[in-house]
Amino acid sequence: MSIRISNDPFFDRVGKGIENTFMRSAVSGAQDRLEGRKAASTAELGTWEDWRDHAEEIRQHTLDNLDFYLQQFAENAAAQGGHVFFAETKEEANEYIQSVIQRKEAKKVVKAKSMVTEEIGMNEAIRDIGCEVIESDLGEWILQLDDHDPPSHIVVPALHKNKEQIRETFREKRAYDKSSDPQELGRFAREQLRQDFLSADVGITGCNFAVAESGSVSLVTNEGNARMVTALPKTQISVMGMERIVPTWEELDVLVSMLCRSAVGQKLTSYVTGLTPSEAADEHAPEEFHIVIVDNGRSKILGTKYQSALQCIRCAACINVCPVYRHVGGHSYGSIYPGPIGAVLTPLLEGYENNKELPFASSLCAACTDACPVKIPLHELLIEHRKDIVEHEGGSGFGEKLAMQGFAYAASHPKIFQLGGKSAGPVVDKLGSKEGGGPGPMKLWTQIRTLPSQKGDRFRDWFEERERRNRRGNDS
Amino acid sequence: MGTIHNQDAFLANIADRLGRDRRMKGVERPVWKQQPQHDVFAGASPAELQEILIRQCDAIHTSVDTTEMADLPDVLAAALERFGSSPAVYWSDDRFADFGVDQVMDSLDESKAWTDENREEMTRFAERAKIGVTFSDITLAESGTVVLFSAPGKGRAVSLLPEVHIALIPRSTIVPRMTQAAAEIHRRRKENGTVPSCVNFISGPSNSADIEMRLIVGVHGPISAHYIIIEDA
Repeated sequence: MSIRISNDPFFDRVGKGIENTFMRSAVSGAQDRLEGRKAASTAELGTWEDWRDHAEEIRQHTLDNLDFYLQQFAENAAAQGGHVFFAETKEEANEYIQSVIQRKEAKKVVKAKSMVTEEIGMNEAIRDIGCEVIESDLGEWILQLDDHDPPSHIVVPALHKNKEQIRETFREKRAYDKSSDPQELGRFAREQLRQDFLSADVGITGCNFAVAESGSVSLVTNEGNARMVTALPKTQISVMGMERIVPTWEELDVLVSMLCRSAVGQKLTSYVTGLTPSEAADEHAPEEFHIVIVDNGRSKILGTKYQSALQCIRCAACINVCPVYRHVGGHSYGSIYPGPIGAVLTPLLEGYENNKELPFASSLCAACTDACPVKIPLHELLIEHRKDIVEHEGGSGFGEKLAMQGFAYAASHPKIFQLGGKSAGPVVDKLGSKEGGGPGPMKLWTQIRTLPSQKGDRFRDWFEERERRNRRGNDS
Repeated sequence: MGTIHNQDAFLANIADRLGRDRRMKGVERPVWKQQPQHDVFAGASPAELQEILIRQCDAIHTSVDTTEMADLPDVLAAALERFGSSPAVYWSDDRFADFGVDQVMDSLDESKAWTDENREEMTRFAERAKIGVTFSDITLAESGTVVLFSAPGKGRAVSLLPEVHIALIPRSTIVPRMTQAAAEIHRRRKENGTVPSCVNFISGPSNSADIEMRLIVGVHGPISAHYIIIEDA
């Protein structure tokens, strides 16, 4: 896989998403649950806005001095025996990883969940040299068994699958003969994966945050698979996006706290692990520790109006509040990074060519910006993208074109058309009063969504009211 | 000594994009405008922190015993019994003797203290073990977390591979939250120049919500976690 997960046109992806009723109810259920937990765990702190300010300041300071902190990190890691490889492109990153695997004559690699390795298409590169690569995160393992179905959420990758489908996959691929009870499915995965952990030659992880002062890599998980991957194989490779770094352990504390609460509403996840290269082969330290620092288009974002997008800590809080994601699901974005942050980041990393619909896949309700623990002004960046795209397309016709495509799609898909019809009245009223709302691109989304009123209601108030209305609607 | 590849071109490009010369030294962290992390449970007494910890354990599916020093051997023996006793694996760590529980471990049908000499054999034993027993180095009240610093004899597998993880927590190790543990690691780095090769923050058993968002306990690591708080201070 690379950053792109589908070659279907945008509206076909959206159409598939909207017609997938199970996926839509799974997504809305997950959003409600994750957002509810986040709200509770942040409210409990009482000073959440101060935490956000602090986290933002840390991220901004680090990005402004990124060359300094990366050098400090590399020197500290190498001084303790680590091997640091700076990769400008995904090809460079993959070639280095291949070379380590070949030198170790490794036959089996076991992996913990990592977005950046998806982004660079690392698994394919490893398979190309005849080495097996096994995903160990439960969700990722399920997707891998199911013929590499792409992830649909960055924290809960197999969100779009129900337990019956998972049971069927296990049965077909691994002769599973038990029930679809999640506990039983989980226990089966445990038995299957234990053997892989114990027999793998190389373990590969991502990196939630590197710590410059000590050359350490930190990993945040609930399952403990990242611990398995780094405690058992003799060679460890950690792949990190170049912006995922903090100055010291003191800032690590703040960002890990923000990540856990924002992603899953936990104070800390079950495991937060800090790993530092070590020359003394004490206890279970891997004999070789490689760290691959990946640019892959990130440096082009530095110094531009989009720089704040690099503050992202991949918590998915913006995804969990997004009304558009709620209705179209992760696969519609066509990128491993879905939701608002995906709509901002994917065009930056990959260019506009295949992604120019993404910045329009937003109602600009700003719930994402409110939810972001590091205060990325997501909806403002989406507006910037729209401006750039319109300029790039040489005029203002793009929005119109997009809307026409959307209308054509909806008109030929009765289910979507019906959905659109139901909300058309109130939407037209609202859009009519919205300043500069551009009926063009908005129209597509509002055919299936109502928009929050622009009269100054808070998003959450609107959302709760809408949920109440929906419930009442269902009861009657 | 390790190696560094392609650093200069990579970092020069970053500096270029940021529109300035490369910064190789002299960058200091600013005086942060906000640091709300220091206010969490500031001034709480050891007994209060213990209460907060116990409350949080309920949320993370972790059972807790509390005991005076003198009763620790009996309490540990009873806990081991409850979770199936043996095989058990534990750290080679002076605290087992200092707290008078080395004999409890020794007297089990089948138990081993971790040694670094024979990694493969120890890993196989830990994989087969029912219970792993460790001592918390720092304990975080807010999140119900035991912090384990790796060191010779303190194998990472002990808290990871067995079905049950029992962590012994001297009350004197309890601090409000991750902030205090991070400050301690930062201090060690400044004073000794190194940090432990592995620092594990562990909060309860392994779990997953990857199937229909339902809680599954023990997907990769322990299925059960049990803490014994020792009222040593």
